[in-house]
Amino acid sequence: MALTEAAPKPAPNPAVARPARRPRTQIDRMDRKRQRWGWLFVAPFAIVFVTFLVAPLGYAFWMSMQTSTLATGTSFTWFANYGKAFTDPIFLEGLGRVASFALIMIPAQMLVALVAALVLDNLSTALSKFSRLMIFVPYAIPVVIGALMWGFLYSPRFGPATDIFGLVGLTAPDFLSQGTIFASLVNIVTWQWAGYYMIIIYAALRGIDPAIYEAARLDGANGRQIALRVKVPMISSSMVMVLIFALIGTLQFFTEPQVLRAVAQGAIPVSYTPNMYAYSLAFSYSQFNYASAISFALGIVVFAGSYLFLFLTRKQSGLK
Amino acid sequence: MKTKFLASVGVIAVAAAALTGCAASAETSNSTEASCTNKIVNANAPQVSVWAWYPAFEEVVDLFNNSHDDVQVCWTNAGQGNDEYTKFSTSIESKSGAPDVIQLESEVLSSFSIRNALVDLTEFGANDVKDKYTEGSWKDASSGDAVYAIPVDGGPMGMLYRKDLFEAAGIAVPTTWAEFETAAAALKTSGSDGVLVNFPTNGRAFNQALFAQAGSVPFVYDSTSPTDIGIDVNDQGAKDVLDYWNSLVQDGLVTTDDAFTADYNTSLVDGTYAVYLAAAWGPGYLQGLSDADENAVWAVAPLPQWDAANPVQVNWGGSTFAVTSQATDKALAAQVAIEIFGTDEAWKVGVEKGALFPSYTPMLDSDYFVNLEYPFFGGQQINKEVFLNAAAGYTGATFSPFQNYAYDQLTEELYSMVQGEQDGSQALDDLQASLETYATEQGFTVAK
Repeated sequence: MALTEAAPKPAPNPAVARPARRPRTQIDRMDRKRQRWGWLFVAPFAIVFVTFLVAPLGYAFWMSMQTSTLATGTSFTWFANYGKAFTDPIFLEGLGRVASFALIMIPAQMLVALVAALVLDNLSTALSKFSRLMIFVPYAIPVVIGALMWGFLYSPRFGPATDIFGLVGLTAPDFLSQGTIFASLVNIVTWQWAGYYMIIIYAALRGIDPAIYEAARLDGANGRQIALRVKVPMISSSMVMVLIFALIGTLQFFTEPQVLRAVAQGAIPVSYTPNMYAYSLAFSYSQFNYASAISFALGIVVFAGSYLFLFLTRKQSGLK
Repeated sequence: MKTKFLASVGVIAVAAAALTGCAASAETSNSTEASCTNKIVNANAPQVSVWAWYPAFEEVVDLFNNSHDDVQVCWTNAGQGNDEYTKFSTSIESKSGAPDVIQLESEVLSSFSIRNALVDLTEFGANDVKDKYTEGSWKDASSGDAVYAIPVDGGPMGMLYRKDLFEAAGIAVPTTWAEFETAAAALKTSGSDGVLVNFPTNGRAFNQALFAQAGSVPFVYDSTSPTDIGIDVNDQGAKDVLDYWNSLVQDGLVTTDDAFTADYNTSLVDGTYAVYLAAAWGPGYLQGLSDADENAVWAVAPLPQWDAANPVQVNWGGSTFAVTSQATDKALAAQVAIEIFGTDEAWKVGVEKGALFPSYTPMLDSDYFVNLEYPFFGGQQINKEVFLNAAAGYTGATFSPFQNYAYDQLTEELYSMVQGEQDGSQALDDLQASLETYATEQGFTVAK
């Protein structure tokens, strides 16, 4: 997908015009026949899609319109849960927290990915192929495993930090305390995802015609200028795509803090991010209805955020 | 063209049928022995499905199945504590998928009975076996006149300590909390690397048990009037306890590591903590940990007291068997809940292999159990010396129908306290306020 998006779009060719119109009834018959086959081919996907995505979404939405409390049972309350959600300080605090994660984490990931991709694009040795693989490898590790691993690396007893800091006579910081947990999480996510974004950007860079570099060099541009003035602007649509992936992922932040919570219950409360809040509401406090509303509320925020972002970057992404 | 189209539809239909056929046959075999962890001895007898996480439970199940022609137990380990409760909770919501009989800690019984997920066992003869269980454990399993579960094991508390470390530092075994504080300071001045004990902010039931020792009764709740609840988590007793611990924390005499992490487990057995304030299931937990100090010498003493003249015994944990309202044959399920740990043979497995502390008095009072010597504690008769006394003094507790929420809030407040952001009484006042708000939101009438 990354490759197809990054590839330059073919210009519309005026020479290939639509075939001459046929009589109406004939078209109808042809279309109907085609559509029948079309539906048949789409069916396997459509069935799975409807069963496992559309139907559960509809059900969750229906649930979010009801209010159920432990003591008084369930009643239909239209959008009351949404009113509650958008005024719920815990939900809003969680949104604020993922927003600050987005502000720090996304630039960090993109910077690492972009620098790595630009460097690798310039090299063509065996070492560069190896490096490319190594930078990508963390993405191949399941998120839960990665977070568990980091949990041990951060541990004052099992992690290497105590020894490393001890070598120079310093005390290692506690990576799982209230003050450091934010940076610790940023580190895990950047480690895991920068490689994936690097591959997307790298693929886009490979798609640029090398003749352009030659032209730039003839005009007297040095390597740095080519990278920043030629390459980066030419791959801006891929950068926007990476950004949108990262933005959606960050707003839905869940797995890493949820896994690390097992070793840092004080620093990561149950409602650390909106998704964690929805999870604990549903599965720890059995408030399935309000949890559905929180999930949809988060969905609305993610949708609005992504839409706004795509609108603002419509020039760079080539959507306009 | 048309026939080809129809033929393809036919092929897809056949494939779909085959797929669903597969699923259907998998489902049928699910309800029989395919999903049981244990072996079904008598295939013709009706089966009762059981979720339980007890160690060595398989032997108990085998004992039951071998001695019953009328019913067979089909056991699944669906995870311990919250892991299992999450699955149970989801199956309550979806109205299918729950087992017939389920192991639940007594502290969560109200949380499930309020959702009509549990069966009142009084109509299935629960009261006939009431005499066979300790008073405290029976109260934990009942609410008003209703009995929602049959007690299995309990967690009367004692103090497990490293005799070798105590002797090396020249510390006497404390019997009161005042002496305990002196001991903590003495251990620190002795130049030990470790601390006397850890005070986990995520101790949940452990923290609550410490409060209960000072007379705290956090909740008043009774399923006969399920929408009324009394909340009193910020009484003076609890505040005094918390201020005591907070001063130990701020003086650096105790650590505040999270409990039940790999770090904590290692610290328990490698001498970082000289004391493990534990329930009677604690020795079993301790023996299951790796990286233990090979030269460790453990011993058990009674839990320190606030007033040595009027000792108060408390309980941490303990589990029960409840019958779910999804059970197909509730009478049969109740029979399993009552009988599975209702024999001396089953309890012998529970005690020796599972390190459980029975709530079942025939076992509790038997000479075998009273005089049992534990090799791990150098042959100390820990039941006779400590835990039987603690169990006899425990009179039961009441838990809220939103216990998980209450514990999560307690953890947040305690963490904020040990970070130095607030003192103990502020922490408990905040907890009281948040629980009152939550209970009101959930439709309860709150009385302090």
